[in-house]
Amino acid sequence: MTTSGYSDGYGDTGQATAWRDGRPVYDRGDTVCVIGAGPSGLTAIKNLKEAGFGVDCYERETSVGGGWNYRHDRSPVYASTHLISSKPFTQFPDFPMPDDWPDYPKHTQLLQYFEHYADHFELRPHIWFGTEVVKVEPTDHGRWDVTTRSTGGYGGERIHRYAAVVIANGHNWFPRMPAYDGLDGYKGELIHSSSYKDAAQLRGRKVLVVGAGNTGCDIAVEAAQQANRCWHSTRRGYWYSPKYALGRPTDQVNDTLLWLRLPLRLRQSLAARTIRSTVGDLARFGLPQPDHKVYESHPIVNSLLVYYLGHGAIQPVPDIKQFHRTSVELTDGREIEPDLVVMATGYQPSFEFIDPELLGMTADGKPRLAMHAFPKRLPTLMVAGLLQPDSGVFPLVHWQVVTFARLLRLRDTAPAKAAAVFRQLDSEADKRWTDAKVRGTARHWFEVSHISYLKGIERLLQEATA
Amino acid sequence: MIKVLRQKEWAFPVPAAKREVLRATPELDEGKPPVLFVPGFGHGAWVYHEHWLEHAADRGFPAYAMSLRDNKDATLRAYAHDVAQVAASLPKRAVIVAHGAGALAAAHALARYPARAAVLMAPVFGGVGTALRNPFICLPALFGGRLRLPASQLFSREVPASVARGYAKRLGRASSKAQWQLLRGRAPEDPVGDPPVLVVGSPDDRIVPDSAVRKVARRYGGAPLLFPGMGHDLMLDARWREPIDAILDWLDKS
Ligand SMILES: Cc1cc2nc3c(=O)[nH]c(=O)nc-3n(C[C@H](O)[C@H](O)[C@H](O)COP(=O)(O)OP(=O)(O)OC[C@H]3O[C@@H](n4cnc5c(N)ncnc54)[C@H](O)[C@@H]3O)c2cc1C
Ligand SMILES: NC(=O)c1ccc[n+]([C@@H]2O[C@H](COP(=O)([O-])OP(=O)(O)OC[C@H]3O[C@@H](n4cnc5c(N)ncnc54)[C@H](OP(=O)(O)O)[C@@H]3O)[C@@H](O)[C@H]2O)c1
Repeated sequence: MTTSGYSDGYGDTGQATAWRDGRPVYDRGDTVCVIGAGPSGLTAIKNLKEAGFGVDCYERETSVGGGWNYRHDRSPVYASTHLISSKPFTQFPDFPMPDDWPDYPKHTQLLQYFEHYADHFELRPHIWFGTEVVKVEPTDHGRWDVTTRSTGGYGGERIHRYAAVVIANGHNWFPRMPAYDGLDGYKGELIHSSSYKDAAQLRGRKVLVVGAGNTGCDIAVEAAQQANRCWHSTRRGYWYSPKYALGRPTDQVNDTLLWLRLPLRLRQSLAARTIRSTVGDLARFGLPQPDHKVYESHPIVNSLLVYYLGHGAIQPVPDIKQFHRTSVELTDGREIEPDLVVMATGYQPSFEFIDPELLGMTADGKPRLAMHAFPKRLPTLMVAGLLQPDSGVFPLVHWQVVTFARLLRLRDTAPAKAAAVFRQLDSEADKRWTDAKVRGTARHWFEVSHISYLKGIERLLQEATA
Repeated sequence: MIKVLRQKEWAFPVPAAKREVLRATPELDEGKPPVLFVPGFGHGAWVYHEHWLEHAADRGFPAYAMSLRDNKDATLRAYAHDVAQVAASLPKRAVIVAHGAGALAAAHALARYPARAAVLMAPVFGGVGTALRNPFICLPALFGGRLRLPASQLFSREVPASVARGYAKRLGRASSKAQWQLLRGRAPEDPVGDPPVLVVGSPDDRIVPDSAVRKVARRYGGAPLLFPGMGHDLMLDARWREPIDAILDWLDKS
């Protein structure tokens, strides 16, 4: 176990100041606890520290970077992953990526960026590596008891008491696996995309890729390049945005339109026309027409998928009806016999360490949080990074935690004002932050439009400025 | 107020550029923060290389001196971007020490990078006042010409004339676009991360008057630290040791 950090009364060396279920609780005073040292956790530490808070962070892995650390056992990143959001939308707003990096850096560069962020702002001394949070429980005065143990369950558990908790455990690691008839008896190889790491897994095989999120599209492209055969199963039609449009990264063109304050309808029709004028009507490749307008589904950004469709290297097929012993039956009645099925059907959030009720969890596993971050009536708890923007996510998380730090301070300096802000937040638990009406599929409940969301944050920051 | 929405910056990122960065490392790592020296318009990293860079390293600070991009179409925003780029590339959160119009570029950079501390020296924050005060320097610049900075304007009499002439010969020029923008004088946003800011100047600076130095100091909520008898180019003047020691003392304390 790698740990680094304090000797100021931390852990076993300190005096237990309280008890919970007969076990000692070490009081960490005004310190804030951060769960996870992925990008979201790192920016939480950095911004809380900058606002003057003490911070303890627990990370189950032995290094920083979360999902962007390819070596982490839960990393969803595969060897070929490159960003889909271009640099200006992906970098933290106060820590630019090197300008000689490409528009869409590779995952290894992202990891380098987060490691440098951790060193630059001296965050590592705050992080307890190889330490997993197993329980987070409220106690009196809005404070929290956090139970930890070393990853894998060795050694005993310890409880520390904190003034506030930031949950930054990521939402792209727990596979969403659809159920199908006949799946149990299926003898072929079937994996979820979370176990897809390298194109070598596809080489020389007949591969069926399921799902047209960015993962499914990336893997279908790799299969087109490496596998003997590639079927790509999608349950509806989509808009496949290219990475470049009009000579610039597509998201930069989009934000030009937003900056010009063009209304949504006009932006939708311009985007549709730009896509149509370059790749044409995808129905000619056998794909269904999109069942929605542009911006009504999480963006797919992939220039190569259409390219390989046009080369016949990717064969589009509809949804799966059921599995047989050695074959897969599709909804159009066809039966195919892949050697490998890759389910790129996405991920679902998982908070195994906290009472779901505290997060207002619905029956289908969606927390009810104002701005996708703030649980009702719990001003000292926040979830960071639980959103899916139509742009890079890290700037949004940065502002989430900057706001949380402000709100925590406001509770001290102007309690009445803070209470008013929190009351307002409580009434907004169901507010959505998308411009267009996104599809109601399982992955879209936390989709946000970056401009609308950041406007909301800006307003909240203004209110929280005493 | 914090500016969260930056669509124009996202939609039109500053193009990459080569930037000169010189560095002097202390013999012993005393855990002091890196100091990044930013030159004014027409100046380059070399002005710090003369004395300050080594001196800061001798006092235990990992010291870096940069030049702004050498590009005739550069904007003030590109210069600010240059400062933030170099600052963010350093191993630890940096202190930014900037001079002249470079101080304005740095002030803009402070809104995009949470510096540990900042020192603005003989700051030229622009606006028409700058032009009216120095018509002979600024008028040609307006028409795309070279900033005319005669040695007599930059150094005190204590600098031997031949040395001063040598320095003046090495001066280059900033892009005319950036000079225009300097005169338009868009006020920088507030710094992020709430860094302590020290403003330094000289009442005998022939380019930046006392009142302008005080105005900038007031904007950052303090009084300036003044070095009477020195010229605009504090780092090259005969008594270059005094301001840098005062700055490093201030850093050691804060
Ligand atoms: C293939 C792929 C490509 C992506 N590309 C982009 C892109 O181009 N642009 C973009 O903006 N976003 C992209 N994303 C989305 C997003 O950037 C990542 O999901 C990102 O990793 C989220 O960061 P995070 O810190 O919130 O979560 P994570 O990176 O998942 O980090 C969470 C951390 O918490 C730790 N942890 C979890 N539970 C516990 C616990 N109980 N105790 C202690 N530690 C715990 C984990 O070990 C991990 O280190 C992509 C996602 C994927 C899957
Ligand atoms: N290169 C990159 O930068 C990159 C690469 C990969 C992922 N990412 C990001 O990582 C996150 C996760 O992406 P992801 O692609 O792994 O997951 P995702 O966005 O959730 O996409 C899942 C896909 O599977 C489909 N699906 C889900 N359940 C299904 C079912 N029961 N039957 C059939 N199809 C089903 C979905 O269809 P519906 O459309 O109907 O919901 C969708 O097409 C996203 O934010 C994404 O942008 C980025």
